Amino acid sequence: MRAFLPNGSLRAKLVVQLLVVAAALAVLLYFTVRTTADRAAEATQDAILGAATTSIAEQLRATEDGIEVDLAYATFSMLGAIGQDRLFYRIDIGGKTVTGYDDLPLPEVQPASLAAAFYTAPYLDTELRIAVVARSMIVGKGPVPVLVMVGQTRLGQAAIADSLANRAALVGLGFFLLAVPLSLLSAGSVFNPINRLAEAVGRRGPRDLRPVRHPAPRELAPLIGALNGFVARLRGALSQTETFIAEAAHHIRTPLSTVRTEAEIALRQSNDEGTRVRLRSMIRGVETSARSASQLLDHAMVLYRSDQLESVEVDLATVAQNVARAFEPTAELKELDLVVEGEAPLLTTGDPLLVESALRNLVDNAIKYSEAETEVRIVLSRAVGMAVVQVLDQGRGLQGVPVARLTGRFTRGQNVGDVVGSGLGLTIVTEVAAALGGRFELTQRETGGTCASLFLPAC
Amino acid sequence: MRWGPACADPLACQTIPVEADTNLSWVGGDIRNVRFLLVEDSAELAQPVRDLLALDGHGVDWAASLAEAQDCLNAATYDLILLDIMLPDGDGRRFLQAQRRAGHDTPVIVMTARAAVSDRVDVLDSGADDYITKPFDFAELEARVRAVLRRRGGAAQTVRIYADLSFNPLTATVTINGESRDLRNRELRLFEVLLAAPDRIFSKDQLCDRLFSYAESVSDNAIEVYVGRLRKKLAGSAARIETVRGLGYKLTTG
Repeated sequence: MRAFLPNGSLRAKLVVQLLVVAAALAVLLYFTVRTTADRAAEATQDAILGAATTSIAEQLRATEDGIEVDLAYATFSMLGAIGQDRLFYRIDIGGKTVTGYDDLPLPEVQPASLAAAFYTAPYLDTELRIAVVARSMIVGKGPVPVLVMVGQTRLGQAAIADSLANRAALVGLGFFLLAVPLSLLSAGSVFNPINRLAEAVGRRGPRDLRPVRHPAPRELAPLIGALNGFVARLRGALSQTETFIAEAAHHIRTPLSTVRTEAEIALRQSNDEGTRVRLRSMIRGVETSARSASQLLDHAMVLYRSDQLESVEVDLATVAQNVARAFEPTAELKELDLVVEGEAPLLTTGDPLLVESALRNLVDNAIKYSEAETEVRIVLSRAVGMAVVQVLDQGRGLQGVPVARLTGRFTRGQNVGDVVGSGLGLTIVTEVAAALGGRFELTQRETGGTCASLFLPAC
Repeated sequence: MRWGPACADPLACQTIPVEADTNLSWVGGDIRNVRFLLVEDSAELAQPVRDLLALDGHGVDWAASLAEAQDCLNAATYDLILLDIMLPDGDGRRFLQAQRRAGHDTPVIVMTARAAVSDRVDVLDSGADDYITKPFDFAELEARVRAVLRRRGGAAQTVRIYADLSFNPLTATVTINGESRDLRNRELRLFEVLLAAPDRIFSKDQLCDRLFSYAESVSDNAIEVYVGRLRKKLAGSAARIETVRGLGYKLTTG
């Protein structure tokens, strides 16, 4: 079984095994019935045959002339009742056959009494069951041994035994056929707990890493134990990843803050134009690397969360307002108006942190590329089956740079040399859109500026 | 970068003979400052942040751990706490939650190096008024401080008087002869810089550095635009912005 079903179905394996057992039992049943029937029929026939033989022997009478044999018809009719069987007899007196078939085979051992002895012997073209009774009679001068043999073919008995055996075979086949659905059912019920366990594990949310506590048969305990061990290791690995991301951010950003703040002080205190130029360029460098670090980590976070997507209802209007509030002071530094308008609430499903991350990147971009004293608008609307968030600015626009280029990793437009950036912002937005089952579009506005549209499935 | 056409090579630019912005020990005369508690374990970062805040005339106490922060809070009152999250003796968010539970409502801006969106959400949920991600643009920190103090109604303490005008940086209003005028963000910041050191000459460059982000490009005459606007807002006052030809601008009276 193992050899030809190495990875096959356990259920099929079990069914096949049950059926093999059922078939063996059916065959055993057939042979048992057949043997028992044979024996029972033989015993019955032997009893009749023996009684007839004994009866003939008893009816021998010793007369003055010899021995008188009276073969009563009734005696033979009793035997003939069984069927088409033929009868042969032989009576030996003093070693000589006096009547009957003198070639009827003699028993190997002479019986000693009136109790019939039986044996089977070939005779003519057939096989005979022969009963033999011995008695001794006083004839004339002394006792003379008398041997009475009656042989009978066993066609009737064989017919009875065959018919019984055929019935047994039918019953056996019936049992076997009944065993097929029964073994299927029982195999099914054996695997039910496994299926229920699998369903229970399958129903879990992607971030549900609690140990499995589903009730299950004892035999599944090692499997559940192994599963829980694995879940625990996975949980450990994931939390290590999250911790690592946070630690990495901390260790990169804190020294960068020091450099930046020191440079800012030096810039304020220096009145040497050459130094000031160098300090400004230093601050820009720090800003670029801080931004890159933060977006790399954001990017890692997006990839990490996309793999284990949490799905809850998210109101895009609330997220947009939160993002706008967070960017308000930044926008104010450029005297930009940051406006949220349109449909509220606007619901989608997904991971709220991913949605916010995408929106932050869009608003950050819009503010970065806007001229002072212009307007950045976040417009919420609905399209066919989609919730749409558009971030519109009045900045420099795309100026013919292909969108695919802008959304690639670490690639930026040609018109942005003077603005600090990492080339990851739009990559993050595109990845978030893909992870949430939406899409991202970037278009040039006719009035100038850029329109970034994030389409997410509405609900 | 923002050197103009007259100065295409930055290193070739002539040295402008103006004083450096201010020195660290300078504290503006009668200006009422914001009193900060800076909770930050890295001394390398805490020192320049303190210096910068001091340059703007603010008072700063520094705590390197949550325990020190608690000592400071027991001993004095602060207008605003700048709180780091990862501190040697605990999580800043827990400290903040404990403060809020104890009924202390001093405004808090969290300075976080953890930029993940989930951390930012956590920070606000813990009771912070705002957060800023390290490394930060100092102008952005000022803007957030101003916004938080304005929201928390701390405006009354911070009115500054100069000549015949009074200036409230939180509400961004200048009051001259009882007449209030609203300043826009850049006018406000420009005025703050000039007001911090009256009669001191600031070069265009110095003002640009304070007004514009290093991440943006600014045309050479951009500063002139804002000086022009601020002059209009100050019209009718004894205080005025004087152009010092070839050098820059200064705030002066009379």
